[in-house]
Amino acid sequence: MYSLILATATRLLIPLMLIFSIFLLIRGHNEPGGGFVGGLVVGAAFTLYAAVYGVSQAQNALRFDPKRIVAVGLLVALVSGLLAFFQGLPLMTGLWYPQPLPVIGKVGTPLLFDVGVYLVVIGITATIMFTLFEVEGE
Amino acid sequence: MLTAVLSGFGGAIAAPWLHRLAPRHAGWLAALLPFVLMIYFISLVPTVAGGEALRFSYAWVPGLGVNLSFRIDGLSLLFALLITGIGTLVLIYAGGYLANDPMLGRMLTLLLIFMAAMLGIVTSDNLIGLFVFWELTTISSYLLIGYKHEYEKARKAALQSLLVTGIGGLALLAGIVLLGQITGTLELSEMLKRGDTVRAHPLYSSILALVLFGAFTKSAQFPFHFWLPGAMEAPTPVSSYLHSATMVKAGVFLLARLNPVLGGTEAWQLLLTFFGSATMIVGSFLAVQQTDLKRILAYTTVSALGTLVMLIGVGTDDAIKAAMVFTLGHALYKGALFQVTGSVDHETGTRDISHLGGLRTAMPITAAAAMLAALSMAGLPPMLGFIAKEVQYKANLSEPILIGVALLTNILTVVAASFVSLRVFTGQPVHTPKHAHEAPLSMWLGPVALALGGLGAGLFSTQIGNLLIGPATGSVLGKVKAVELVLWAGIEGAAGQALALSGVTLLAGIGLYYARSIFPRIAAATAPLAALGAESWYHRTVSGMLLLAERQTRILQNGYLRFYIALIIITTLILTSLMLLVGQVTITMPQNWTDVRVYELAVALIILSATAFVLRATSRMAAVVGLGFVGYGTALTFLLFGGPDLAITQFAVETLSAILFVLVVYRLPRFGNLSSVSARLRSAALAIAGGALMTILTLIALAEPTESRLSSFMAENSQSLANGRNVVNVILVDFRSFDTLGEITVLGVAAIGIYALLKLVVPSEQEPRVETDGSLDGKTEGVPRERTEVIDA
Repeated sequence: MYSLILATATRLLIPLMLIFSIFLLIRGHNEPGGGFVGGLVVGAAFTLYAAVYGVSQAQNALRFDPKRIVAVGLLVALVSGLLAFFQGLPLMTGLWYPQPLPVIGKVGTPLLFDVGVYLVVIGITATIMFTLFEVEGE
Repeated sequence: MLTAVLSGFGGAIAAPWLHRLAPRHAGWLAALLPFVLMIYFISLVPTVAGGEALRFSYAWVPGLGVNLSFRIDGLSLLFALLITGIGTLVLIYAGGYLANDPMLGRMLTLLLIFMAAMLGIVTSDNLIGLFVFWELTTISSYLLIGYKHEYEKARKAALQSLLVTGIGGLALLAGIVLLGQITGTLELSEMLKRGDTVRAHPLYSSILALVLFGAFTKSAQFPFHFWLPGAMEAPTPVSSYLHSATMVKAGVFLLARLNPVLGGTEAWQLLLTFFGSATMIVGSFLAVQQTDLKRILAYTTVSALGTLVMLIGVGTDDAIKAAMVFTLGHALYKGALFQVTGSVDHETGTRDISHLGGLRTAMPITAAAAMLAALSMAGLPPMLGFIAKEVQYKANLSEPILIGVALLTNILTVVAASFVSLRVFTGQPVHTPKHAHEAPLSMWLGPVALALGGLGAGLFSTQIGNLLIGPATGSVLGKVKAVELVLWAGIEGAAGQALALSGVTLLAGIGLYYARSIFPRIAAATAPLAALGAESWYHRTVSGMLLLAERQTRILQNGYLRFYIALIIITTLILTSLMLLVGQVTITMPQNWTDVRVYELAVALIILSATAFVLRATSRMAAVVGLGFVGYGTALTFLLFGGPDLAITQFAVETLSAILFVLVVYRLPRFGNLSSVSARLRSAALAIAGGALMTILTLIALAEPTESRLSSFMAENSQSLANGRNVVNVILVDFRSFDTLGEITVLGVAAIGIYALLKLVVPSEQEPRVETDGSLDGKTEGVPRERTEVIDA
């Protein structure tokens, strides 16, 4: 069932949700937020998209296979932990860039790790939701 | 150094691209990496031969004593050279052997992963590091045996080797942990100095049993020898590399490595010589009964591994020296012969010796390499195999039983060597499924190089002894030891007796080769014994476990959702109440619990009325919406009581689960109230009990003093140590990020599992073996479509 109201609202909502998710991700280290909830918001955005426009459209909008996003996310999280190792420090020691960047604030490997979590959660949510939508569509 | 050990993993990632870019030369290109590594390790030979051990350490999880530390002494170097040298030839060989296979890239990847893991085992100075690499070889071996995964036999053999070596790996881990606790270190270089502490410790026998179990399963010792012939389902390059020259020697390596810590006791000597001897006899006895070339070689490998274990068990200077020489000699000739077998199979279409003969004219180069390698295997001068056999006899001269075992094994090895050389390459040419011709360069280079290696090592035995064998022997014994290795030791004394034994071996072996018609009869006569063997126990255990799993799945997961929920609640109730009764917990009501704000009361009312609404809902959609209200209400309480992080996450999760519900509910049959009144009352009682328990737990948690040192530590240090003011997030991504890494990995696996469950549609006629067990339905359809029972509670 196609609803014009929902379709229009979705077009407006999704960019907002994506921006909000990045906001959550970046502020997470100091204020409520973080990669996990940010990823859930993105997942919700694409679920909404899939509900309105169908899975193949949502898949196109996401560009990447959600399962790959999971894999990349895990890799990012792992690499963020390994970076310290290559500096001769114990695994997963937080490394920080000394100067805070404008807007983002201080950046370091924990933020990179959180990006990994963010990607994994996006990938998982999208994998589960898209698959369920597809099975339902059969 | 770290680069040298780990570069294989990088190479593994690059291999599929190499194959795509240059499909014809992928093997040669991939072989460059082990070749460079081999040069690197050769460059270390003079230093190590001078008695120095190179050590490099990188902190990994120093809090647990786990480090990526590497140490190269004589023993490591001998193995590292074998791994990289044979690895180079095997990668070239694999490029030729699988030239037309589109999956060659995957093969090269797996071989390189294996090579890196194996290098990790032999160079690790930290036992946990060693264990990680050990398990990596198990996994890569599993994937390599199952390379032709479309064949059931290959899958079964892969699983068998994984289970046998995997169980051994678990035992080894337990042994390592015990060793670490007794000695207080996980670094081998430290531990090797504390052998006396370990041997005198009451837990010594447990450690010994655990470590031996790990080593014996890995190195296919009797009674676990059966997985190795099964592993011959792997493509021949794999058999040549993993299952003859390197991986199966990991167990032997471990025994040699831990010899200064665990060795020298009566139990060690007895167990190792007993199991080693049993393996020698069983392996060689079964080898000569086979007609498949690869299985002949596999069983002789089993017997060779037995020889190594036996020699380490004897433990005298001479025996350890013999073990090291034999390790080198065996790797050279067995690697060559496996590759010869692969070439013969590749060019003629069969590897059954009763259908092969006279191939020397069609495949002259391969034939020459096979003959040379077989000479070494049979122990003829001037090959390294001859020296290995001489020192082995000499080491055992004082033990008549061991001499008998060695004599029998070596005689049968001579027979097996004749089978794989004389039988295949001499005599009248016979008709083969494919018209035989010489193998390409990439496929004869390996056998020729390895066979010549055996010859060269025999001729230059003095240098080999000084540079490789001596340092290796020294590190096994834990003391500096000059080793004299000579081709011709004369006929005086012990050397003469060993020479006489060699003569007997050779004559008897050749005699038996010409009387080979007796072997099938022996095989037929002893066939009933197989029913008692370890392999049949393996099959019984596995099928028993599957049966048990099926039964308990039928009972616990019978497809009724209400049953699952009830079971979970009842279990929690019983276990938690027991703990509460035992644990003497006092429940105190919070003092100011009547002090409630209006908006807090409102939230509570929302939750309560939403719950009532769910209970009375007459459509599933309404129930989902009602549950959503309950969830949002809970999120609101988080927000009100200072848990904004939890609240946001709860909101997002609630939203998504509502959508999930809608998607699933859509597919269920029409809503109806099918349950009886008594069933509903039972459920209500259970629900109330569950709720009451949660309330009690909450009250207990509130009564506990809140001043935990952990939480105040985290709160105080999150800004200073981790640059973050949000403690929750700092805990997740910094303080306890290792946990989070584990959690997101589990999440990823769960997502793949859900995807597979929903997407997997098994074509029933193509794969009839996939069980269509009633208890697991829904796996092809995702959500049970026809079932009406799901809803009636």
